[in-house]
Amino acid sequence: MSDVQQARKDPNLDYSSMTGSRSMERFIGALFVISFLATIGLGVTFWLGGQPQVEGALLFVALVGIGVGIVAWGKYLTPHGPYVQERHDLRSSDLDREAFYKSLERGNKVLGRRSFLGKMLGVSLGAFAILQLFPFLRSLGPVPGKSLYLTDWKHGSQLTKVDGSPVLVSDLEVGGAMTVFPEGFIGNAVDQVILVRPGNYDIVTRPGRETWGPQGYLAFSKVCTHAGCPVGLYQELTQQLLCPCHQSLFDVLTGATPVFGPAPRPLPQLPIYVDAEGVIRSQSGFNEPIGPGFWERGNE
Amino acid sequence: MNKRVEKTTEWLDERLGIAKGGRSSLNKIFPDHWSFMLGEIALYSFIVLLFTGVFLTLFYVPSTQQIIYHGSYAPLRGQSMSEAYASTLHISFSVRAGLVMRQMHHWAANIFIAAIVVHLCRVFFTGSFRKPREINWIIGSILLILAIVNGFIGYSLPDDLISGTGIRIAFSIVESVPLVGSYLAFFLFGGNYPGNAIIPRFYTIHVLLVPALIVGLLAAHLGIMYHQKHTQYPAPKRTNKNVVGTVFWPTYALEAGGFFFITAAVIAALGGLVQINPIWLYGPYVPYKVSYAVQPDWYMGWLDGALRLMPSWEVVGFGHMIPNVFFPAVLLPGLTFTALSLWPFIEKKITKDDEVHNLCDRPRDNPWRTSLGVGILTFYIVLFFASSTDVLANTFNTSLNLVLWTFRVLLIALPPVAGYVTYMLTKETEVVEEAGSRRPPVVITRSLDGEYHSVPVAGDEAGGVVKEEFEPMEVPEEKEYESFMGGVASEHRDKDLVGVGESSSKGGGSAFHDEIGPSRSGGSGIFRVPRNLPGSGGLFGGRGSRRQRRRGGQDRQ
Repeated sequence: MSDVQQARKDPNLDYSSMTGSRSMERFIGALFVISFLATIGLGVTFWLGGQPQVEGALLFVALVGIGVGIVAWGKYLTPHGPYVQERHDLRSSDLDREAFYKSLERGNKVLGRRSFLGKMLGVSLGAFAILQLFPFLRSLGPVPGKSLYLTDWKHGSQLTKVDGSPVLVSDLEVGGAMTVFPEGFIGNAVDQVILVRPGNYDIVTRPGRETWGPQGYLAFSKVCTHAGCPVGLYQELTQQLLCPCHQSLFDVLTGATPVFGPAPRPLPQLPIYVDAEGVIRSQSGFNEPIGPGFWERGNE
Repeated sequence: MNKRVEKTTEWLDERLGIAKGGRSSLNKIFPDHWSFMLGEIALYSFIVLLFTGVFLTLFYVPSTQQIIYHGSYAPLRGQSMSEAYASTLHISFSVRAGLVMRQMHHWAANIFIAAIVVHLCRVFFTGSFRKPREINWIIGSILLILAIVNGFIGYSLPDDLISGTGIRIAFSIVESVPLVGSYLAFFLFGGNYPGNAIIPRFYTIHVLLVPALIVGLLAAHLGIMYHQKHTQYPAPKRTNKNVVGTVFWPTYALEAGGFFFITAAVIAALGGLVQINPIWLYGPYVPYKVSYAVQPDWYMGWLDGALRLMPSWEVVGFGHMIPNVFFPAVLLPGLTFTALSLWPFIEKKITKDDEVHNLCDRPRDNPWRTSLGVGILTFYIVLFFASSTDVLANTFNTSLNLVLWTFRVLLIALPPVAGYVTYMLTKETEVVEEAGSRRPPVVITRSLDGEYHSVPVAGDEAGGVVKEEFEPMEVPEEKEYESFMGGVASEHRDKDLVGVGESSSKGGGSAFHDEIGPSRSGGSGIFRVPRNLPGSGGLFGGRGSRRQRRRGGQDRQ
């Protein structure tokens, strides 16, 4: 240890004078034995079929025995110094720097003589890199196109329950709510709609939506306009829909307008009608993109 | 030396020349302090992550293919679910030690990120990022980002109801980026949400891409630390030009190596005994279902809180939209991590400090940085707690509205308050150069008009500031003290008398004699007050002595 000196006199260095080192040895030895036994126990546990709590506990004992044993060995049975070591300057000497510049300069000069070749190489490499990026990006997924504006709801789509049966006008009690899909698209994330029947409340219909909610039924996209979670909770008492992710509240009676939380826009409403057999169907798709915002929208 | 060791060394040395470099490595000095172990915890939990992670890859199936479950967990039998979710159930219930490994993996991830954050705070508050360690600070910041990203992705892989909702939110966040957001989201998810690609892609990112980056950067992080040598706290004999500590072989190697096993042991105990993420209770992900109290792992809490506290604003104009989630979930983390990784340069701009620093700051000695750091940290802690607004409202039976607005106010108000309080505390505990030194005794006189004058005592041998410290200060005898306090200060002052005291500066003692001057009302007198009465310090009492004690205490570290 030529460049390392002891900073202070360390009693630990003098092994002969270390008192209690025998008992420390015994302690560490015991730890290793305990660890060994725990490992055996772990093997037995696995052999018998395993049990999570026992496995965790035995794994703990096996590892902690080794760990504490080694640390104690290092802490009590080895010299601790403290030792001092000089730090050397990280920066190189001026001479070394000079030599470095010279070597760099020499190479640059050789290359610089053919700068035109260098530029050609740059163009080729750049073009190659960009072109390689293109198919890679294009294969990752389709471009959005119009797909963020579309759902599978069309004129006459039959409202269908999760189990596949059509929603009849008699299916929902007053004050009830259910999740529905267009027929053939059950479980489709963008198509989920929450159908509610608020009952004898003053429903404020927005202009142009007078026929959208027949017989007290209202249908809204279930995808939150904030971050896209399903607006899953319908509170009949307050006539509000709650999104459990970030607690946005939508007022059902005024067309699912946000009344609390971070949601910036009302839930899009699905226009529905009741056909001759009493089945509820959609008049058309949504008249705006469902779900959270994105850059391209804003002028729908 | 053992013959076999010698032979092996010789064999290797003739081929690799290991003896020269190896010798200096064995002799390397590592400063010893508990706060230097925080980074080690991060490193060791990462190693546990690698081991348990490899185990999990042997059984996990990264696929969203819907299947009917027929496994050993009865409550979910016959249900439709993705292969990813079914294989996670299989790991949890049918693979021997599978549940322990899965839970250890999850716990290790939480501990990994927690250790990184605490380690980062240690480095920040002690100023250990200053020249020459800026590069390592940047690498560390990138490691934190990678750890958080990989934590979130790993959490999403089981495809359970809660993590699936998290993926849905992630889609909305990516989609919210101006200009390219919808393209980014479509390319990442392989189409409109949910697509079929996200679970297999997340899997590749989680087990290959990010771990490879972490391993590479971790190697650089440690290599640079090794090359530059570790910082140390100031103490006698420790200078900017040396390292004081324990030697690598055998002491440091044993202590650090043993600490790995202890870290792994704690993670094993948590993994076996403390349940985490019981995905079988949440059920498989179904896009139209959602559960109550949807909360991410702790390290995503601040982002979730930011999403909740953000007012319902959205920027619309020129035929385009900047969605609401962009501000809390893209802009805020973007600014956070940019400012974080560039902090050494920001501080350098302000302090103009271009010196090499190998000695850590004590946080109290840099009130400005410490209080700023505490203020900023408070901001993120408020955001973190804001991610449980719904749970808090339920627990305390108050309205969500009240909880939300409380957090909005706290988010703005608490950071400056915390910063200010920290500033006062650091100022109060800061080391002052002349702390503990005695001021020269003065004579205070009052003129006939009632004006006070203080004049240094003539002939004071010390001639001003007395530099020796720790001379035991004699406590004035009870009687004398009483007569000084009671007799002069209150009784005589009432009668508009000024007492005359005497102090002896010899031997550091202060004695007061109740020699009351002859003055009457309207008269003048003198009254000597030694200024360093015990207990005359500021908020924390006897400044000098406490300071001094602490400074002396550094010896031991």
